[in-house]
Amino acid sequence: MTFIAILSIFVLACFVGYYVVWSVTPALHTPLMAVTNAISSVIIVGALVAAAAAGSPTAKWLGLAAVVLASINIFGGFAVTARMLAMYKKKERVAK
Amino acid sequence: MHEVAVNPWVAFAYLVAGVCFILALRGLSSPSTSQRGNRLGMIGMAIAVVTTLVTHVPVQTVGLVLDGPAGPIAATGPLFARIDTVAVLEILAAIAIGAAIGITTARRIAMTAMPQLVAAFHSLVGLAAVLVGFAAYLNPQAFGIGQLVVPLIGDPFTVIQPASKVEMGLGVAIGAITFSGSVIAFLKLNGNMGGKPILLPGRHAINLGTLVAILVLVAHFAHTQDGWAFWVLTVLAFAIGFLLIIPIGGADMPVVVSMLNSYSGWAAAAMGFTLGNSAMIITGALVGSSGAILSYIMCRAMNRSFISVIAGGFGAVAGPAGEAAATDRPWKRGSAEDAAFLMSQASQVVIVPGYGMAVAQAQHALREMADKLKEEGVRVKYAIHPVAGRMPGHMNVLLAEANVPYDEVFELEDINADFAQTDVAFVIGANDVTNPAAKTDKTSPIYGMPVLDVEKAGTVLFIKRSMGGVGYAGVDNELFYRDNTMMLLADAKKMVEEIVKALG
Repeated sequence: MTFIAILSIFVLACFVGYYVVWSVTPALHTPLMAVTNAISSVIIVGALVAAAAAGSPTAKWLGLAAVVLASINIFGGFAVTARMLAMYKKKERVAK
Repeated sequence: MHEVAVNPWVAFAYLVAGVCFILALRGLSSPSTSQRGNRLGMIGMAIAVVTTLVTHVPVQTVGLVLDGPAGPIAATGPLFARIDTVAVLEILAAIAIGAAIGITTARRIAMTAMPQLVAAFHSLVGLAAVLVGFAAYLNPQAFGIGQLVVPLIGDPFTVIQPASKVEMGLGVAIGAITFSGSVIAFLKLNGNMGGKPILLPGRHAINLGTLVAILVLVAHFAHTQDGWAFWVLTVLAFAIGFLLIIPIGGADMPVVVSMLNSYSGWAAAAMGFTLGNSAMIITGALVGSSGAILSYIMCRAMNRSFISVIAGGFGAVAGPAGEAAATDRPWKRGSAEDAAFLMSQASQVVIVPGYGMAVAQAQHALREMADKLKEEGVRVKYAIHPVAGRMPGHMNVLLAEANVPYDEVFELEDINADFAQTDVAFVIGANDVTNPAAKTDKTSPIYGMPVLDVEKAGTVLFIKRSMGGVGYAGVDNELFYRDNTMMLLADAKKMVEEIVKALG
């Protein structure tokens, strides 16, 4: 991909982000932070590339360490979001 | 990204992952669709990880190849490479370790500790970004951003493209700021460090100087590929993250946590540029905007500019002036029985929770009280100020944990008109966000901040530990001395439990 193609994706994604985030209900702002935190750990892609590459042992170990950190975030972030979201209930379901 | 031939299916898979992440955030527009959204997020992540694992299988070249007719050229060819099982296992083990730690933490964490958990998670993203940046610097060919140059004289070396060096430099710098800033935010939120701002003399000059130095070093690194510049800019970025958050007080934490959320996104986006990976870029942009918007909402709710929050030091002057004033004005004190009586006679009660409710863990007792009132035919609503608590939406999560139905919980704009028709406003652990001085007193530091109009209710019940302390902004609350205000001086949880008892 050329730089300009990547930049286009980035700029358009910023606009998508702007509109999508404004539509998030304020009641769910804490789960929003937890889930954005989980998805920003997509940086694990970079970590996996480094961990899988031959050539520099140091780079490989740095990559493996980053894989651990990002995995904590991915699993922890999604799990804690799921736990929070499961608590949000409507009136009908609470009243037995 | 430039030399590595990208299989269109691989690029497509990353795009699908990016779209899943967009839909994950879209799902959060309503609690009813949110769980499906979260699952889409997980699917997106699984697609991104599996795609990377499949396309970047660790290989080792087989020694035998060197003896073949094709000679050393064939040694680097994929045909003669075999899967490096040890490396594969190492990667899977790393994922498993992370998964075990992550899931255990997510299961065990108390809902009141959510702000510090989020801060801790942010720090991990930041640190991961720094590590990936350094890995890319040490092994640029693996990332497809370097070219091996074999000069006539001297050792061969790798030249990294200048654009990639800028992206790496910025990514590492943002990652390092995210890491050290989040560590400080975590320590403050977790109570390991005082919430009071720590003010260094000349901090604005130091911060600005450091930021400029980082940018100059990024430019220098891009130009020359000097290793020392990369190291020094990383160290400076760690330092500035620390310096930026140190002077910010406890109640400004919602802004800080949102801001660090935003940074972790930009760090991922910068690495996405380096790798030319659309999933990373889309995610980075989403998370970056998300954090930025949340910061903006929080600043607006405090009527403060983003710059003034970041400049820090708010609340440092909280002091004797407010306390002295507090003692010499008349105010009314009530008991749990008084409160129970007033509320049971009301037709509508609006509960206004704040950080104090979280500290006292009073949310469950509060819901019990609301249940008792509902049995008596009282309509109960909850009013949430955007900056109540230590992170955006903090109160909503705690109330949800206590099984409060989310359709009884209202935001500031939606409930403010209701106070005039409310018999009792029950303020528990909130202070500045109810201060009417924000609307009338131009000299007040919180003047102009949108507040909940609790004073318009028939009676205001205000739970507070003692009359001495002032709110975070260091200003006395006008509300305490109103004719229709009754102060309930006690620990929030104890007081609510006593009211529950008195309600029978």
